[in-house]
Amino acid sequence: MAFTFAAFCYMLALLLTAALIFFAIWHIIAFDELKTDYKNPIDQCNTLNPTVEKVKKIKRVKIALKLVLPEYLIHFFFCVMFFCAAEWLTLCLNLPLLAYHVWRYMSRPVMSCPGLYDPTTIMNADILAFCQKEGWCKLAFYLLSFFYYLYGMIYVLVSS
Amino acid sequence: MSAPGYTNLNSSVSYSQNSTPNGGAAPPYQNGPTQAYQSMNPPPGCYGAPPQQQSYPTTPAHSTPAPGKASITKSAHSANYYQSNHQPQQQQHHHIPQHHVAPSPYNVPSSQSYATHPSSGPPPSNAQYNQQQQQQQQPPYATPGSYYGQQLYYPPPGQHSSQQQQQQQQQPTLVTAPASGPGAPLYPIVSYPSAPGSSQYGTLSSTQSTSTPGVMPTQMGAPLHQYNTSRPASTTAVQPGYNAAPPSQLAPTVNGQGSTAHQHYDQSHQASLSYNSYGGVTHSSGSTETDRPPSGTPSTSVHSSPGHQQGGDTSSSSTGSASPVPNSYDSLEGGNFPDSMPSSNDMTNQAASYGSYGYSSMQPAYHQGPASHADSSPSHDPYGQSSYQQYSQPFPNLSQLSAALGGLSGVPELEVEALRPVNLLQERNLLPPRPLEAPEPNLSPELKKVNCSPQTFRCTLSSIPQTQALLNKARLPLGLLLHPFRDLQQLPVITSNTIVRCRSCRTYINPFVTFLDQRRWKCNLCYRVNDVPDEFMYNPVTRLYGEPHRRPEVQNATVEFIASSDYMLRPPQPAAYLFVLDVSHNAVEAGYLKYFCDSLMENLDRLPGDSRTRVGFLTFDNTIHFYNLQEGLSQPQMLVVSDIDDVFIPSHDSLMVNLKESKELVKDLLTSLPAMFSQSRETHSALGPALQAAFKLMSPTGGRVSVFQTQLPTLGAGALQSREDPNQRSSSKGVQHLGPATDFYKKLALDCSGQQIGVDLFLLSSQYADLASISCISKYSAGSIFYYPSFHYIHNPAQLEKFQKDLERYLTRKIGFEAVMRIRCTKGLSIHTFHGNFFVRSTDLLSLANVNPDSAFAVQMSIEDSLADSSLACFQAALLYTSSKGKRRIRVHTLCLPVVNQLSDVYAGADVQAVTCLLANMAIDRSITSSLSDARDALVNAVVDLVSAYKSNVSNLLQSGLVVPAAMRLFPVFILALLKQKALRTGTSTRLDERVFAMCEFKTQPLQQLMRMVHPDLYRLDNMSDQGALHLNDTVVPQPHLLHLSAERVSRDGAFLMDCGTVFYLWVGKCCNEMFIRDVLGYPNYASIPPNMSHIPELETTLSERVRALLDWLQDNRAFCSTIHVVKDDTSAKATFFQHMVEDRSESASSYHEFLQHVQQQMSK
Repeated sequence: MAFTFAAFCYMLALLLTAALIFFAIWHIIAFDELKTDYKNPIDQCNTLNPTVEKVKKIKRVKIALKLVLPEYLIHFFFCVMFFCAAEWLTLCLNLPLLAYHVWRYMSRPVMSCPGLYDPTTIMNADILAFCQKEGWCKLAFYLLSFFYYLYGMIYVLVSS
Repeated sequence: MSAPGYTNLNSSVSYSQNSTPNGGAAPPYQNGPTQAYQSMNPPPGCYGAPPQQQSYPTTPAHSTPAPGKASITKSAHSANYYQSNHQPQQQQHHHIPQHHVAPSPYNVPSSQSYATHPSSGPPPSNAQYNQQQQQQQQPPYATPGSYYGQQLYYPPPGQHSSQQQQQQQQQPTLVTAPASGPGAPLYPIVSYPSAPGSSQYGTLSSTQSTSTPGVMPTQMGAPLHQYNTSRPASTTAVQPGYNAAPPSQLAPTVNGQGSTAHQHYDQSHQASLSYNSYGGVTHSSGSTETDRPPSGTPSTSVHSSPGHQQGGDTSSSSTGSASPVPNSYDSLEGGNFPDSMPSSNDMTNQAASYGSYGYSSMQPAYHQGPASHADSSPSHDPYGQSSYQQYSQPFPNLSQLSAALGGLSGVPELEVEALRPVNLLQERNLLPPRPLEAPEPNLSPELKKVNCSPQTFRCTLSSIPQTQALLNKARLPLGLLLHPFRDLQQLPVITSNTIVRCRSCRTYINPFVTFLDQRRWKCNLCYRVNDVPDEFMYNPVTRLYGEPHRRPEVQNATVEFIASSDYMLRPPQPAAYLFVLDVSHNAVEAGYLKYFCDSLMENLDRLPGDSRTRVGFLTFDNTIHFYNLQEGLSQPQMLVVSDIDDVFIPSHDSLMVNLKESKELVKDLLTSLPAMFSQSRETHSALGPALQAAFKLMSPTGGRVSVFQTQLPTLGAGALQSREDPNQRSSSKGVQHLGPATDFYKKLALDCSGQQIGVDLFLLSSQYADLASISCISKYSAGSIFYYPSFHYIHNPAQLEKFQKDLERYLTRKIGFEAVMRIRCTKGLSIHTFHGNFFVRSTDLLSLANVNPDSAFAVQMSIEDSLADSSLACFQAALLYTSSKGKRRIRVHTLCLPVVNQLSDVYAGADVQAVTCLLANMAIDRSITSSLSDARDALVNAVVDLVSAYKSNVSNLLQSGLVVPAAMRLFPVFILALLKQKALRTGTSTRLDERVFAMCEFKTQPLQQLMRMVHPDLYRLDNMSDQGALHLNDTVVPQPHLLHLSAERVSRDGAFLMDCGTVFYLWVGKCCNEMFIRDVLGYPNYASIPPNMSHIPELETTLSERVRALLDWLQDNRAFCSTIHVVKDDTSAKATFFQHMVEDRSESASSYHEFLQHVQQQMSK
């Protein structure tokens, strides 16, 4: 039993995936808030007057939307780590998501700053639904991969 | 309180009956509880229509209602009438619902079967019920007299305006002095003299303005003085119709000595009195029309009746939160008034109404009602009488309404026609003789009457499918087309302390809510039961207490509220206009500056605004020039900022100046501007920095920025490169660069939107200017976009003329600042996507920095939950804005549509024009996000899907070919026309900017205008007859038949008018008869007509008059002036005429027949 680089990679991935799960949850909440905004029985006036709660919510949404790039980078980062550690199976499992991230970022709307979501189109029901679905899928993926990394870490530690 | 008075006016019969017993007895009017009976009646007035029909014939002396419109409404009404007569049939269908699905009637393609189908005898078991039904429907038509009907009415052209205006101005002054004085002692009940209180409810109806000559004598009658005076003192509320009538009813009750005389008057002159009052209504609305500012902004009692407006204001501010009327009511009732009416009361009432449907005409049938009534509240014996009157109204109460709604699932005549299967390959003549109207939703006549105008609010499916599954099956898009800030002829404006809204979903109270009893109403969107606030019990129009269902909010689907400070984020902003002008070499070459300055100078006084209006100017080439116009300067000062990378504002308070104070300096500037830059050699354009400067300049106030740009921005932030490859213009492959190249303009637009700045863009460029990128500045800040390709003041007079006309309209049209629009819909429906220029702030809230009367919106809807538990679906659009006079206002439109569960009903209610427009919007989105060819395929697929869906689901015909329901028979033509539009065509050389502009137009143009652009109206002019012509005032407007857009319909010996929305083409054939050329164009023969003639001379011949009348009439209902081009058969301009012939084959697009064959092929795949 030895502490190899691969084991380190798995541990790191474990921690980072926990962070990604958190991001994904935040992402889902943010879009849900965007979507269900109108169901709040607040006065039209209150929607005009950003109350404290409202401002908080807007901030939360904004942060969540800004978390996109960090998420991609983190994922890319431990993919590279697995590549270095020659964990091919794990890498293969992550490649589709990596490819998806690259495609998603390539096809983002015209923007001068980093980001993925265009405030003018985000309220379109199709896009909202897509983003929400995306969030749920990612959450599931990260959760599964969390346990996989846990298993992988233990396996590497035990086997070596 | 004097509900009976109101009743009386509704039916002259009951009037004479009731006024006699009541004569001189005040008590009946004191007793509010009567209203218990009314309030349980559902609000929608069946009162509207009958008087409309009657009032017209009787009022010609007073006013000539615009016949065009009158005829429309009349016919609409007669349709209602027809339907109501056929109520039994509907009922029948209700009982055997499978009947209309049953193939048998539809199988036979002959139209006869449809005619006979409804008359197949109703099941005998229903006969009695049907009769009742009919009876209950009849009364509204049998009885004359109503007020709200008038409100919905189009005013006639204001002939009596000056007279009216005078009266209008006189009245308040004439009245205020004695207002408080004599009223009190003479009238012990106090509530009328306490009118200042009532004014807080004031309805600033634009019809309200004044009383009519016919009515004045009544008011002048000595004993009536105190009433007259007290009423106008409240200024806000009163409609002339009411002005006239109530005095005569009240007089007997209050003035002992006056009563007899007036009673006499009432009885003998009853009819004339009520007609007078109608006359009055139409009159006064006429006056408002002429009063309104030239921009054609009719609304606004702000403009039209300043006196009233002020009255309303002062009173509402003076009364504050206290509501004197309920107080006085309490005091007068001495606490007798039962706060919560015994519900048993209502129950009995309802039961009674079941028992006697025909009660409108016969009072004796009322034993039950009054008896139970007396039981429940014996202390009020006198009002038993008034309760009779309540009953005697032809009022659809809850049970009636539900019965009426129950009958809705049937198929009335119109629907049968709409469902007639049409084989497109066989029928060639699909166009109706007159321009297409919106289909009438299949509602009960009462609801139909109060429903929102289709010009304002239109749904693609006028029968909403019950579930998303059904909608998917129909293969039609569900969506709304809205034109919320349209110039209206007629708009009830309401000032009230509390705006009644649903507590859960915040829906504004509207005609489609249900009043459960006196104190509660049920929201029609979320079905929550709400309380009726005290204030709402008082009706400012009739000045009666306890009729919440008759308040204007509940009688009109389109109302405007004057909002209180609850609806303000900050004090309402002043009107602020900033003009950002391109003065580079290119701009000087194009020569627009002079015409802009001239036009602005001319319209400076007509800019909407008040004494706070602010204006500013900013010019730019490679630097930015500000103009100091501070009052007191001898001449405008120009400040140049050359640091375009970091724009700053050189002086903060003197660049945006008060227009009133600095008018001379502004005029100075406007005269000197064109010359100032005539020598400019600077070719660069720093549009981005100029916009940033404009943003900084305007952000403290918000307002409107008008940008005039003539070339591609090349300097500073937002600089762009040319992206168009001229060789690719006619490529039939995808078109690139439809989206923005940079997000600079979009981000700036969002910042602007946040600061309530709307940016309007005028692009006058002859070169590629990347409109796709620049237009973002207007798209997301709710601005409008104007594009004049190859504008040149000498070489392109047509564009110059258009520019001048557009500019005039643009400068003078109404404007709303810092606006938001929320669209609510019945639970179960949800909004999918918005189309138009705005920023979407939340799922149902649009943020509109500026709102103008010429832009429209489209909304895609989806059905989330089944609508099975309701028979009606409602949509409400509420637009909150600050008027140019600094008033916060809310304009509310409510549309009500039936819910159906049969596919055939969905098809029968399909609105082909609305569907086309919504699909166009969706296609534009698709072509930007995906690709143009995708969008085109999607459009073709829409036709294929519809035909196959109809074939497999509804029509059981085994015949081959393309069969569509008659309601959708024009759908393939319209889709083909869409595919041939500049925005979506391929293969034909189209400049990128023109294509992008066409796309912007699609997104913002109102439906009527858009349809004319897509599928122009073609008429033959040389053989017009007066048959079926409209008679407007003194002019005869011929109504030539619509022709299909195909060259085969055009013959060389004729002259044809094509109405393309923004432009008219008058095509004159080579062999056109010389009489037409001589009489209309003023030239002796065909050869002598000049090649680019662009006006129709005013000749004294009948034919010329007819043609001009037709042109004027066509022009009348559009905002921007259309230009006219006379196209000769042999000129090159002929091509522009024939490119609109969408049914013909063009160099790159298929003909209609080929298109149909293509669709058929697709189907068989």
